[in-house]
Amino acid sequence: MKKENVIEVKNLSKVFGDFTAVNQISFEVGKGEIFGFLGANGAGKTTAMKMLIGISNPSSGQAKVAGFDVYKNAEDIKKNIGYMSQKFALYDDLTVKENITFFGGIYGLSRTEIKEKAEVLIHELGLQEVAKELVGSLPLGWKQKLSFSVALLHAPKIIFLDEPTGGVDPITRRQFWEMIYKTANTGTTVFVTTHYMDEAEYCDRVSIMVDGRIEALDTPKKLKDQFNVKSMNDVFLKLARG
Amino acid sequence: MKKFIGFVKKEFYHIFRDKRSLFILFGMPIAQIMLFGFAITNEINNVDIAILDQSKDATTQELINKISVSKHFSIQQFLANEKEIENVFQKGKVKAVLVFEKDFSKKLTTASNATVQIIADATDPNTANTINNFVGSILQKYQQELNTTAKIPYQIIPETRMVYNQELKSVFMFVPGVMTIILMLVSAMMTSISITKEKELGTMEILLVSPLKPALVIVGKVVPYILLSVINAFVIILLSIFIFKMPVQGSFFLLGLESVLFIVSSLALGILISTVSNTQQTAMMISLMGLMLPVILLSGFIFPITSMPLPLQVISNIIPAKWFIIIVKGIMLKGVGIAYVWKETLILLGMTLFFMGLSIKKYKIRLE
Repeated sequence: MKKENVIEVKNLSKVFGDFTAVNQISFEVGKGEIFGFLGANGAGKTTAMKMLIGISNPSSGQAKVAGFDVYKNAEDIKKNIGYMSQKFALYDDLTVKENITFFGGIYGLSRTEIKEKAEVLIHELGLQEVAKELVGSLPLGWKQKLSFSVALLHAPKIIFLDEPTGGVDPITRRQFWEMIYKTANTGTTVFVTTHYMDEAEYCDRVSIMVDGRIEALDTPKKLKDQFNVKSMNDVFLKLARG
Repeated sequence: MKKFIGFVKKEFYHIFRDKRSLFILFGMPIAQIMLFGFAITNEINNVDIAILDQSKDATTQELINKISVSKHFSIQQFLANEKEIENVFQKGKVKAVLVFEKDFSKKLTTASNATVQIIADATDPNTANTINNFVGSILQKYQQELNTTAKIPYQIIPETRMVYNQELKSVFMFVPGVMTIILMLVSAMMTSISITKEKELGTMEILLVSPLKPALVIVGKVVPYILLSVINAFVIILLSIFIFKMPVQGSFFLLGLESVLFIVSSLALGILISTVSNTQQTAMMISLMGLMLPVILLSGFIFPITSMPLPLQVISNIIPAKWFIIIVKGIMLKGVGIAYVWKETLILLGMTLFFMGLSIKKYKIRLE
């Protein structure tokens, strides 16, 4: 059975003046895959991701996300993806429920849908006690999990996670990855950037960007074999040092 | 539309849960209007003065009585000689000393004129000026009373060159200015802060990735502030009518429409500011320095434009507040209709469209 691709990128570039932030990258991501998008700070991860989620226009190359062209159908892409940024991005001065209602609302969910989903979500995350509390009063780990669930409210085909576990304790990170696995199992594709190399090991496949180019792309196991090292960290160091 | 309502609702949550913004929204207009109305007026009440009466006759006694019953002054001390004058000023006991010359009554009846010297403490020039005005007016009134019965006109000469200013009610001049500043601040500063806040927190990114149209995000952020600004304008007008007895001669409806126009132009400026600033602090600084100061200094609110140097007069033309103040003064104080302010209205409208166009363009560039 041929695997269905939900992201197809070919020679995608982004040039700012005479600086090439993303240089002719090409890759595909399959349905239900956990795709790790790695790179040092400034390697071009975020710029590449912004082009895929439709808030930045590519300079050249092609890209299709969820079957839609990034040039012509950016609006359709937005309806089919979820996004969680490295900054915790719920409203601190809204309650858990209000946040869910608001984000459900801007994705066009009906009132009854929002109500049902909110109840399931709050129950799953064990937030019943604090559903009416302001999000600002919750611990960071809870916020992060809530933020992830909110990004999944409208059942997107792909969820983009931009360094989702920054500043979170190891236990919460572990729980967070359990949520990622669960999501991928339901057929949702997970596109995640991270610079925690141990997290790279959890991904189905990873790509490593260096200076705007994708220098390596394969399963963690094959990459380790290829570079003849024991951990993803060593793979990364070898690549980054050139 | 449902999305939009949800968005506006969220915006109101932000506003009503943030005590600081609530204070700026509703506390500041009231505080400002009171401050300008009561504290920073040219009116004076119960100012301490001293009197040096060198003639001590019936006329001076009568004049002193008139001054002492006036609510503007309270006589603290009677001085015995000129040497004491410097002394009382240095002690800071009084703001002014009135000196009646020798043989006041006699000079008035024989030479038909007598002099009152008003020595005012000029460390507070505003009060000094006003004291001169008030003393002058009391003297003049007394003189008129005398002259109704006398054959030869008497003249009491105050030794200041002040003439009685009919428009001592400075609050009338301040209200349009204060209203302008508040609408400008609330609209421009609060919107630019609330938009940059979303940028700073990273929620703007989330909103832009969502299917919400960017224009809808901006309009959604702006609508609550339009509503609140209109309420503010209303509160300010009510306060000035009921507390300061300020007349609104012209049409209420026209005043409302013009205010909305000005609010929209300020909001466009606020959006423009938010496109160039990345933090709430920057947005606030730009709003205060870039909007507040020019409005206070160059709009004709405090300093008359006609007495400015020519380059500043030219610059004052590009400040929307200047035109709005002219419109408000016209409608409130002179009771004119649109026939007299259509030119200013048109200029304001043009500026509004220009700022709106510019901010939309800027906003699009930012999205790239």
